[in-house]
Amino acid sequence: MATSSERSPPPFPDSEDQDVLDSEEVGGRDSDEDDGEDLFMSASNPPMTEMDTTLPTASQPTDVLMKPPSNIMDEPLIEPVSSQTENKPVNEVVSEPSDDFVDLTNNVTDSPDEAVAAESAIADAAKDTTEIPLDEPSDEFEDIFGSENEALQEEVVVANVTVEAATDNSGVTSGVTDTPGDGKTGSDDEQEAKETATDPIVDLGDDLPASVAQQPPPAREKCFDPLVDLLSDAPPAAAASIPSRATVDLFEDEGTDLFTEPRQTKSAMQQQKSLFGEPDEDLFGEPLGATSKKTISKEQDKPVKTKAASHVSNIGGPLQDNSRAEPPDIFTEEAVTTLPSITSTSTVNSKTNGVQSEEEADIFSKATVELSLDSPRGERRKDVTAKPSASALSQSAAASLAKPQSAALEELEEEEEEEQGDKFDIFVSVKDPEKIGDGMNAYMAYKLTTETQLAMFRNKTFTVRRRFSDFLGLYEKLSEKHGPNGFIVPPPPEKSILGMTKVKVGKEDSSSADFVERRRAALERYLQRVVNHPSLLQDPDVREFLEREELPRAVSTQALSGAGFLKMINKATDAVSKMTIKMNESDVWFEEKLQEVESADQHFRKLHALVESLVIHRKELSLNTANFAKSTAMLGSAEDNTALSRALSQLAEVEDKMEQLHQEQAANDTFNFAELIADYIRLLGAVRATFDHRMKAWQRWQDAQGALQKKRETEAKLLWANKPDKLQLAKEEIAEWEAKVTQYERDFERVSATVRKEVLRFEKEKAKNFKREIMNYLACLLQSQQQLIKYWEAFLPEAKAIA
Amino acid sequence: MTSTIDESNKEKMRSVSVDLNHDASLLIDIPDALCERDKVKFTVHTKTTLSSFQKPDFSVPRQHEDFIWLHDTLVETEDYAGLIIPPAPPKPDFESPREKMHKLGEGEATMTKEEYTKMKQELEAEYLAVFKKTVQVHEVFLQRLSSHPNLSKDRNFQIFLEYDQDLTVRRKNAKEMFGGFFKNMVKSADEVLISGIKEVDDFFEQEKTFLLDYYSKIKDSTAKAEKMTRSHKNIADDYIHISATLNSLSADDSTANKKHLEKLSDLFEKLRKVEGRVASDQELKLTELLRYYMRDIQAAKDLLYRRARALVDYENSNKALDKARLKSKDVPQAEEHQQQCLQKFDKLSESGKKELTSFKGRRVVAFRKNLIEMAELEIKHAKNNVSLLQGCIDLLKSI
Repeated sequence: MATSSERSPPPFPDSEDQDVLDSEEVGGRDSDEDDGEDLFMSASNPPMTEMDTTLPTASQPTDVLMKPPSNIMDEPLIEPVSSQTENKPVNEVVSEPSDDFVDLTNNVTDSPDEAVAAESAIADAAKDTTEIPLDEPSDEFEDIFGSENEALQEEVVVANVTVEAATDNSGVTSGVTDTPGDGKTGSDDEQEAKETATDPIVDLGDDLPASVAQQPPPAREKCFDPLVDLLSDAPPAAAASIPSRATVDLFEDEGTDLFTEPRQTKSAMQQQKSLFGEPDEDLFGEPLGATSKKTISKEQDKPVKTKAASHVSNIGGPLQDNSRAEPPDIFTEEAVTTLPSITSTSTVNSKTNGVQSEEEADIFSKATVELSLDSPRGERRKDVTAKPSASALSQSAAASLAKPQSAALEELEEEEEEEQGDKFDIFVSVKDPEKIGDGMNAYMAYKLTTETQLAMFRNKTFTVRRRFSDFLGLYEKLSEKHGPNGFIVPPPPEKSILGMTKVKVGKEDSSSADFVERRRAALERYLQRVVNHPSLLQDPDVREFLEREELPRAVSTQALSGAGFLKMINKATDAVSKMTIKMNESDVWFEEKLQEVESADQHFRKLHALVESLVIHRKELSLNTANFAKSTAMLGSAEDNTALSRALSQLAEVEDKMEQLHQEQAANDTFNFAELIADYIRLLGAVRATFDHRMKAWQRWQDAQGALQKKRETEAKLLWANKPDKLQLAKEEIAEWEAKVTQYERDFERVSATVRKEVLRFEKEKAKNFKREIMNYLACLLQSQQQLIKYWEAFLPEAKAIA
Repeated sequence: MTSTIDESNKEKMRSVSVDLNHDASLLIDIPDALCERDKVKFTVHTKTTLSSFQKPDFSVPRQHEDFIWLHDTLVETEDYAGLIIPPAPPKPDFESPREKMHKLGEGEATMTKEEYTKMKQELEAEYLAVFKKTVQVHEVFLQRLSSHPNLSKDRNFQIFLEYDQDLTVRRKNAKEMFGGFFKNMVKSADEVLISGIKEVDDFFEQEKTFLLDYYSKIKDSTAKAEKMTRSHKNIADDYIHISATLNSLSADDSTANKKHLEKLSDLFEKLRKVEGRVASDQELKLTELLRYYMRDIQAAKDLLYRRARALVDYENSNKALDKARLKSKDVPQAEEHQQQCLQKFDKLSESGKKELTSFKGRRVVAFRKNLIEMAELEIKHAKNNVSLLQGCIDLLKSI
């Protein structure tokens, strides 16, 4: 939450004012703090245990620096806590830790800046997470701490508390925070830094509500409710939306600032480093000195203040305390809650390393989620600010979502062939096709049910009705947005005028039912592909499509509309440009892949035709078998030998069943095999489209280069002609074009990287999906053969009974 | 195109449609056949203990037309009017596989080499199957003759078996062809007339309705079974193409999917073999059975027709006798004629009854045998399929 504020430092004078304000607000804390603490302490055991876990670290807030936290590390975190709570009388428990805690919190709250600093430290840590995965600013990170330690003891304490807690969680024995010196040695590896970083984020994002929930005092809870709201996704009160917007702002800022050129970060690590190297210096280089406190606090002030303010206004009512007391409460509570939550994660971490690493991944991907989302769509920002709740949603969802994403990132980074778990936390089903309307205006509506574990959605299951053109509309939107960036946007089934006309006319024959079922299944697979794509799932249009009751009608999808006509023209020009662009491929990989894709496309088309003919033949067989069965039944009735007559009518029955089997098998051929191939023909088309987009990006770059070349020539001419007035203009133009060239080159590289990644992902998915579907198909075949055996075996004694 | 059937295959293709009570005194088989363009030369081999033959073991070359000649002479022999003359073997039909082969050659460009080879093999197999079947029906015809107590002693039959030169039977000329056609017309007109005649014997009355009904039914069934078999064949052919395409897909694939495609291609190749066998076994056990009995019933119907004719003759002679008595003229001749007709009719009825009864038994036995065999084969093939599919699924799982 507070993680990301730093990048847009508010104007300094302002912030200083805020500082003052803040300090005033926090000034009242001390007293309130105690109250709060008492309340808290006297409350009950569950929070206590939580508290306790932190208390070992917090128990000697002043000692923290002296006492190596490694001790704490060595001891299992939970046990001492429980033993404490169990063995000691409650009073003691309450008093002792509370003292400590007060100490701690006093430290935190003594000076307003410190409280802020606590957050800022968290923010620092969080901030670093965004960077650490990408390069190694860990040194710098430590530097920060180190210098802070040296310069400002108190702040260091705070920082240490959080960091220590964090390190505790991570279970790393060598402490960044053991001693300032240690921190400086830089012996800490990236991991540690990451881990320390993870916790604050987790705290702020997810665990805070959880920890809140564990705190029984009603007053507290009330006080926390808005916070919960803020952090979880439902903002009932208008006031709550204000803070959430604040957080949104934070994220937005981060998104823009940190990732102004985030696309490259994906493709080129080098650039990333430089990108982050600089801001780090900016941000952290300076604060290293005595000013650090100020700058950080300044930066921090803004969000904090807004939050505090909002709380004041909102919470004032329900709470009997004066509003003055509120903000500190909140602050302390944040401090408090961060600690318990840290501990809660710490317990998890201490238990298993695997979990820990996953969380680590979460944070990675949290960063990457932002990364992938922000830059491609400026419009999203509008969305987000317009609908803060949605964005808050997405943010909280990010963590849980993160798994596949992080895997994708890893794949990109290391290109390792790590098997990505096949579990997606979202399933979409398309059911109950229903004809709505009559005549040529009729259309089919489908029931869309989404089942998900993802927190980004409001409910676990929800259902909407969509018509076919809505699906096409979704595709249009997605391909417009993501296509040019090199993403493989899964294509929906094509419009079929013939098939739909049949349905519209209302023929209730098998072929139209077949058509509807085929389309329904295809739509389901299409949507499932979309939501399985980690980036596409993040798209607000996708969410809207799944969740929103009413969608604006998609108009541009009609085949014969004006928009459709325009599309056709566009396609034609595309085709022409495709032919005219001669790309001298620098990357063999792309060349080979394109060839592979094209030949696969060809073969798949052939295969599809063959399977379709298989289906036709199977249906013929079914029909012929039915006819034979009837004929045999007649023959049986004509036969005058009783046993033979009986056997013949049995044979007729067997053949009747055969007919059923063949019929089912034909359906199996269609739905499990032909449709699978049809899907891949469509998907291969999408893959080729990404190659085209890459080529276009390349062309743009080349064009820009050509233009730059021309400008340079003009400059040379002007130089020769000695026209200084125009020369200036020419230089400006050159600069402009140079920027463009670099921009386009980066674009191209970004698109290339995305295409590469997407193709790899596609191939992996394809292999997996193909295998699954084929096994499904074969299982159906197998079943039908087993059934066949059964039928004939039942017939055999009948045949033998013929006398 | 020239093909021969080797000895080893002979046992398999041995008569399946009819159950013959083999009389060791006269054993006939066709161990070898030669196909030259539209002519098929069968080697008819005879082993006998009968003294009417000069040698106990001999072989002669015969053509399809010779078989037809033999059949026609038997039908025309008055003495055999009361017997069901075994139906003549159908003319060898190699046109359809040849045509397919031709088509395949035209479509060669659209297929991969492998695919083409497989299709060619498939067609060759089909051709061979047709060839075998042809030989088989000719053989069955002779065997039925040889196992019949009366027909086996026919002079023409013995000549057919023994004469070691080309029979060079006179090919039917155009007039005779037309005559045959005309005769058929008359016969069917007669049948209509005769069917109106009141039957005196309940047995024959029943047989007549039964056979007429049964014939139309079995004819229908035969056609339907043929279609069904052909559909199986089509599916087998589709499998070939699918397998080949999957194979070329996997050849171009460099991803993890390659293996899946390969396995699938293999599977389809195996499945098509099984499917092909299903088709050919259905053809052999079911369609061929029905086809044969369709012709046999036609032969039985012919017997009924001949008997009905005799009945009409007898009734006419009765009328003539009555007339003669009325006029008191030529009464003894008329009486004699009437007696002759009666005798002939009675004899015909008697042997006809016997023949039809034995035919019924023979049919039931043949149906039983074939249906059991077909069911067993279907089970066998399906089991084969199951194990193939299961194997492939397991393979895919393990990848």
